[in-house]
Parts: sequence; structure tokens; C-alpha cells
Amino acid sequence: MFPTPIQRRSMPTRFMYRLGVILVLVLWLLPLLAVILTSIRPGSDISSGNYWGIPSRFALIENYSEVFNPARSPMLRYFINSTLITLPATAISLFISAMAGFALAIYKFKGRIFLYAVFIAGNFVPYQILMIPVRTMFVNLGLFDTILGLIVFHTAFQTGFATFFMRNFIVELPYSLIESARVEGATEVKIFFTIMIPLLRPALASLGVLLFTFIWNDFFWALTLVQSDAARPITFGLSALKGQWLISYNLISAGAVIAALPSVLVFFILQKQFIQGLSFGGVKE
Amino acid sequence: MASKKNEYKMLELQFKLAPVYFLAPALILFSIFVIWPIFQSIWISFHQWNGFGPMKWIGIKNYQTLLHDPRFFISIKNNFLWLTLMMLAPVFGLVLALFLNQQIKGMKIIKSFFFFPFVINLVVVGLVFSWFYNPDLGILASIFRLFGLKPIPILANENLATYGIIVAGLWPQTAYCMILYITGLTGVSTTIVEAGRIDGASGFQMLWHVILPQLRPATIIALTVTIIGALRSFDLIAIMTAGGPWGKSFVLAYQMYDEALFNFKMGYGASLAVVLFLTMIVFIYFFLKNIISTEK
Repeated sequence: MFPTPIQRRSMPTRFMYRLGVILVLVLWLLPLLAVILTSIRPGSDISSGNYWGIPSRFALIENYSEVFNPARSPMLRYFINSTLITLPATAISLFISAMAGFALAIYKFKGRIFLYAVFIAGNFVPYQILMIPVRTMFVNLGLFDTILGLIVFHTAFQTGFATFFMRNFIVELPYSLIESARVEGATEVKIFFTIMIPLLRPALASLGVLLFTFIWNDFFWALTLVQSDAARPITFGLSALKGQWLISYNLISAGAVIAALPSVLVFFILQKQFIQGLSFGGVKE
Repeated sequence: MASKKNEYKMLELQFKLAPVYFLAPALILFSIFVIWPIFQSIWISFHQWNGFGPMKWIGIKNYQTLLHDPRFFISIKNNFLWLTLMMLAPVFGLVLALFLNQQIKGMKIIKSFFFFPFVINLVVVGLVFSWFYNPDLGILASIFRLFGLKPIPILANENLATYGIIVAGLWPQTAYCMILYITGLTGVSTTIVEAGRIDGASGFQMLWHVILPQLRPATIIALTVTIIGALRSFDLIAIMTAGGPWGKSFVLAYQMYDEALFNFKMGYGASLAVVLFLTMIVFIYFFLKNIISTEK
């Protein structure tokens, strides 16, 4: 262990360490604590200048129901849009990248290293080099300003990282399983679905969590491929509401908490998979 | 007999074609929406185009214009600032990881709280930091007043805006690097550390000669993602300043967006994207070389 385990130190040092950890944690999360606190603050606190102190009243339900009320704000719509974009895009990316990763890992065909490199490199390119052509293409295909359009684009783009991830996972699996299935006359498709998919479960979970967060948190493509409320995801929606709500910081905060919550929850529930995935794939946009 | 032969042929065919049909969906989607647009953008960058009318070939004129565009030099300067200052993220990340690498009760949950900023979208991060900097009601302003100083409107100050945004960017990026190092530290060999202790190594000596070499893979990933992330920075700028004041917080990514979608200069925007792309290709190349070399 490095640094020296705290258990080997004296009692006061151990106490100080614990205290230090809590203190650093509070400082570290101060921005978040501020948002959460503001989101339960009544609007009157904001107008009277009580921005950072204790809320005069507990206005959690008031603020959140205001934000989620379709008659008062489109936040609910944005939330549903984000869900409708993120879930299918994640699922389809997982599926097609599992197939592609399988092909790159198992078959020793010419050019497989090149294709592997293309998928990795594509994942790293700046979005701006894709922006004008993708936008133009979407307008021509009728995909501009639609939920389907964002699903298609995210699926395509995340496939680069996902294939890289899947391929590296499959390469480590025992090849003998596949060979013995072949000897018994199983087709490649059957091998993929009956042998590979069950083995891939941990990788699919890790990658799924990562893709979910990447897609949910996207802002750039929402900004460039969407213009109406009907297809706008929550990240873009929140930035638009910032202008509309002006100084209703309690409402913007409640909106921010709602926008952040799904990825935070997914991360919290599937934390082990998330961190495994991150240290395994090791690459984020 | 004939059917048996046929069956064998089919089996061979589906085996031979397997890479094709397994790769097809991913490759087709990726080619249409990621690979092909790169070449299209390069092509567009040699044209004058407002986005809907006909394109007019103007050769390298867009690139010549870049060299006389003061905004382009602001972008380059700020991209450089981002790149340099974001390098603090791996350093801070390592420091935090070392600080938290202890087995006390509740450490697991504490660590996961430290990861939080990484999972939260940058729109929220940008909003929060904008309030922090707000000269009227921000917490930073309160701290200034506490010391009897006049609050500075950081994001409205042409010399400070970029620094203010970078600080916001460091927060999630540090969390990210910290995750990488925490996982890296669990793989550090205990025997080597204990052997080092017996030889009298401690503190910085131990860190430098024993721990850091073992954390090399984590460091490579942390540096790569930080460099790419720094060059890609866009969201925070869009949320916090929209490039302002007077375009002083522009970076290439944001200037490109601004030129293309607000000034309708698609060709010029594309040339900015190409410059950014070529810069990143250098880093992507080194990263790829590193990955591919472990394949052979």
C-alpha cells in the first residue's frame, strides 16, 4: 500500500485524516451542494438576497412541481426526449458494436488492425469536423430536428468507442469455446448469439453505463442538430431555460438537478461496472 | 450425399463471410456519419458557401484569411491555454487518488462521491460555475467582500474569462483522472512497495521511483483523455460566456461553430475545423501507435 496505511499511524493522525477527508469532500462537492440547496429554496429567498444561506422555507415540492408542470415549462418534454434518445441509441450501439468487436477479435482477416484503428481514431475526432456535413445530410434526409436523427447520429458515433471496447474484451476470452462449437457444426451467427452474448454480459453492462452517460450528457449535437422543443434533449433544454427563467435560480437549480440525476443514479447503481468500464476502455470523449 | 456436400459448402461460406456481416452495420453507420463527413469538411474548406446556395471553389483562400483573422489567433492562444492548464487535472487527480488510497470505514462511498463531477453534464457544471463567479450574488464575490475587496466579474473580464472557464473544466477532468489513478493504485505491487520501505525509500522518493513507474498505463490514458478533452472544449464556453466578452474566450471549436451557424460562413468554418482536426490527428496518431504496438 502507498501511501503508508493510516492504520499504522498514531491515533491523532488517524483522526485528523478522517476529518481531512470529510473537509475535502465538502469543498469538492460545494458546487453541487449549492445547486441542491438552491433547488429547495423558495423564490422569495432569491429576491431578498439569501443566495447561499439556509433556506427560509423548504420549497422542494413547490420548485420541482413547477419545473415539471407541462403548462409552465417544457422540462418534462425535454426529459422524455432525452430518455427517448438515450435508451435506443445505447441499446443499438451495444448490439452492433458487440458484433463488430466480435468480428475484429475472432477472425484473422486482412486489414482488421486497420479497421480497429479507424474505429478508435474516429472516436477522437473533433465534432466540428463532422458538423457541417452531418447537419446538411440530416436536412436532406429529413432527420434534422428529430429524435430519430439524434438516435441515428449517437448510435453511429458511439460505435467507434464501443467497438474498440468490445473488441478488447472479446480478444481476452477463451477461443477454445468457439472452436469446439464450430466442430459441432454451429454456425457463426449461432456461436455469436448462444456463446458470445452470455459471456459478454459484464462488458455490456460496463459499456452500457458509459454510453448512457455520454449520450445523456451530450450538448453539442443537441445544439446543432435540433431546433424545436419537440426534439430538444434536457441538456440543451436547460441552457435554453436559463435565458427564460433569468434570475429564478431556484427553478434553474431544480432543472439542473433533474438533468444531472439520471447519469448520477445510473453511475451510483452500477458503480462497479462503470469504473471497470472506464479503466478498461480508458477513453472518454 | 449431395445435400451433405451442399451443407458443408454453406457452412464454409457463412464462416468465410462472417467478418463481413458482423462488421457491416457498425462499419456502414460509422462510415456514413463519421468517416465520410471528415472528407466532406476538408472539401468544403476549399469553398465559399453559405450553407444552402451553390458552393464556389476558392482554393486555399479560407486558409489565407485565417492568417489575417485576429479571432483565429485568440482561439489558438486560448486552445494553448486550455491544453497547458488542463494538464493540472492529471496532477490533481493523482494527488487526490493518493490522498484517498486508504482503507477506512466508508471509504468506498466517499470515493464514489468524489467521482460525481465526472458524471454530471457540462451544462450543469457551467451553470454552477457561472453563479460562483457572478459579481453580484456569487460565492466568490462574497469571499472578495469578506476581505474588503471589490468583486471582479471574472467571466465578463477579457483577460480572465478563459481562466474562469478552464477552472470549471478542471473540476470534472480531475475527477476523471482520479478514477484512473485510483484503479491504477489498486494494481500497484505491495511487495515492491514493502521492499522499497525496507530499503528506506519513503515519501516522494517512493512515489517517484516506485509508484509512478507502475502507474504508467494510467498516466498515459489520463494524459490522452485530458489532451483530447482540452482541445475539444466547447460546452463550457457555450454555456458560460458564448465566446465573450468580445470573442476573447473563443477556442477553435467554438469559433468554428460561430462562423458556420451564425455568420453562415460554412467554408471558413470548415477550414477552422480542419485546423483543429490536424492538430488533434498528431495526438491521435501517438495514442494509436501506443495501442497498436501492444497488438503485435
